[in-house]
Amino acid sequence: MSGSGTKDHAALAKEFNKDEERVDWHDGALWWIRQKRDRSANQTPQWEELREAASSIKNHLLSNLHGYLLQFEDNLKKNGIQVHWAEDATEHNEIVYSILKAKEIDQMVKSKSMLTEECGLNEYLAERGIDVINSDLGEYIQQLDEEPPSHIVLPCIHKRKEEIGEIFHEHLGTEKGLSDPTLLTRVARQHLRNVFLTRRAALTGVNFAVAETGEYVVCTNEGNADMGAHLSEVQIASMGIEKLIPEKKHLGVFLRLLARSAIGQPITIYSSHYKKPRKGQEMHLILVDAGRTRQLSRVDFRDSLKCIKCGGCMNTCPVYRKSGGLSYHNTISGPIGAILAPNIDMKEHADLPFASTLCGSCSNVCPVKIPIHDQLYKWRQVIVKEGYAANTKALSMKAMAWTLSSPDAYKTAGRAGRWFLKHLSFTVNNKLNPWYKQRDMPEVPKESFDEWYAKNKDKEKND
Amino acid sequence: MTTGLFIPCYVNQFYPGAAIATLRLLQKLGVEVTYPAGQTCCGQPMANSGFEHLTQGCDTLFIEHFSSFDYIVCPSASCVLHIKQHLHSHKHQEQATLIRSRVYELVEFLTDVLKTDKLQARFPHKVGIHQSCHGLRGLHLGKMSELVGPKFSKQEQLLNMVDGLELISIDRPDECCGFGGTFCVAEEAVSVKMGKDRVTDHTKNGAEYITSADLSCLMHLEGILNRNKSAVKVIHIAEILNSTL
Repeated sequence: MSGSGTKDHAALAKEFNKDEERVDWHDGALWWIRQKRDRSANQTPQWEELREAASSIKNHLLSNLHGYLLQFEDNLKKNGIQVHWAEDATEHNEIVYSILKAKEIDQMVKSKSMLTEECGLNEYLAERGIDVINSDLGEYIQQLDEEPPSHIVLPCIHKRKEEIGEIFHEHLGTEKGLSDPTLLTRVARQHLRNVFLTRRAALTGVNFAVAETGEYVVCTNEGNADMGAHLSEVQIASMGIEKLIPEKKHLGVFLRLLARSAIGQPITIYSSHYKKPRKGQEMHLILVDAGRTRQLSRVDFRDSLKCIKCGGCMNTCPVYRKSGGLSYHNTISGPIGAILAPNIDMKEHADLPFASTLCGSCSNVCPVKIPIHDQLYKWRQVIVKEGYAANTKALSMKAMAWTLSSPDAYKTAGRAGRWFLKHLSFTVNNKLNPWYKQRDMPEVPKESFDEWYAKNKDKEKND
Repeated sequence: MTTGLFIPCYVNQFYPGAAIATLRLLQKLGVEVTYPAGQTCCGQPMANSGFEHLTQGCDTLFIEHFSSFDYIVCPSASCVLHIKQHLHSHKHQEQATLIRSRVYELVEFLTDVLKTDKLQARFPHKVGIHQSCHGLRGLHLGKMSELVGPKFSKQEQLLNMVDGLELISIDRPDECCGFGGTFCVAEEAVSVKMGKDRVTDHTKNGAEYITSADLSCLMHLEGILNRNKSAVKVIHIAEILNSTL
């Protein structure tokens, strides 16, 4: 689902930065959400304790995942929900297809589900003659524009209202130049209402699944998951196995954190609990692994599975804000995407852990306290050891390590200043030096501190 | 009490003024400082690029130079954080662990160890603080905007003791400048944009100087200021605290 060809984050970010005014607008929109999140966190008593509690519950869950999954399966079955297990994306897609085919359904409505994006479900079903419509407004816009979502909570945050007006004009026949958000939303609603009324099958994602009761919770602001589910004769839910929580009471912790961390809202407008099929309705739940157990086995990275997909790390990340979600060429972008993606395909995503300054803001906003920036650092070590770093970089690093390991070599190199300037930028020629393109080089002083100290140390002591 | 002065490689080569100010400031405050000859680098440039396995030479040198001191003080938050988190040694792990607990960034050494409450410094200028991420989120030199809790700033605490200095407020007080080690060249476009936005935040709010506990951030911001022929200057916090202008 990259849609970006072979370009890496740096190249895609460079393209995004060609339009500085747009970067400022994108940065400002997300910073505004980050500020809303701050206000909301500060108004919540015991915010930091809530984060700690959420982190502990998820840690416990991950350490006892096997037992909780079996308990969940058992309770789902008791509730009359059919349970499926998928090892990977292909298996997941095949299961969805087989459910629809058995009922001869060729149209489905889907609420937001990053997992099905990750699995490429829409494309898979389209190839088999099944039409899927994304009902989350942002995802709907992205689908019309044939572009993947750029943000897990705000799929089209990179698009301006005028651009959305243009897409609606082209695909939904609205008047050219219409860009009023209320009017555009009204048009989308009319189209989607018709979709909801005519689709026999609805697929939703899952925010939280409760092992204790065999129910699952879907959080939306638009009510689109409910509209689809309530009118469907076949209801399917797809979830990664890490979305489980042990008990229903734990929702009190997670629901308080989710929307506040995501967009600074006390709670999502709809937090819908699904537990039993209606009379005449079929309910299916697909539990998907797709690399999650592999991540669980990586001691340094298992924590990443605590993620509740609030997108808070994206909103706060200055690199994300100034490079756009699509430059991460992965369904899940931003800092969390950069620590999840290398587990799926290390070569394809070798660039992502480097698309960060390791500033640490992501770890601070994370409602489940994933040490995201520490994991970015650790992924860098793994990626280099596995041989996915460029050879030129490895050579220059070796030269640097050699010089810095020897005081004499360092002194000789440093005195001229040239070695240092050269290795600071990892290039040999100033014309090709990426530092110099938009920044002046630091001036080389007439003497280093070492040289000054050698001359002055006795005098200094006497002062 | 023995105190070793750790001057990072790039400060040694490009910003000797900050190193001299650090030495003099500590001496002024009655600390007997030793500067061990032959020190090079903490190894962070390699480690942050994914080459931590190549830093053993730097680690060994660091342990050789600094294991005998009660305190190690350095005018660079980033390098201190690297030592605190990553210094290791196959042969002398005990010494490495001890050093990790004894290394201090200059500001925190003043506020937490020396408990400095008075400075003979004068700097009659409008100054904006650039919070380095490693200083703020790594060493906790101040309250981080993402966390809920009481406000504090060790840098402000010291700068408020400087005669004539006026601290300016900026719109995003702890946003990253985009230096990020090799990030500054590998992700040139984003790095520069982040730096430009930090510079603008300070200049539009009236700063004459941008100060920080990290010169790597300042080197990046200075590159942008100078390229744009700005009159605004960068200055390491040690130079302000040692200033007698």
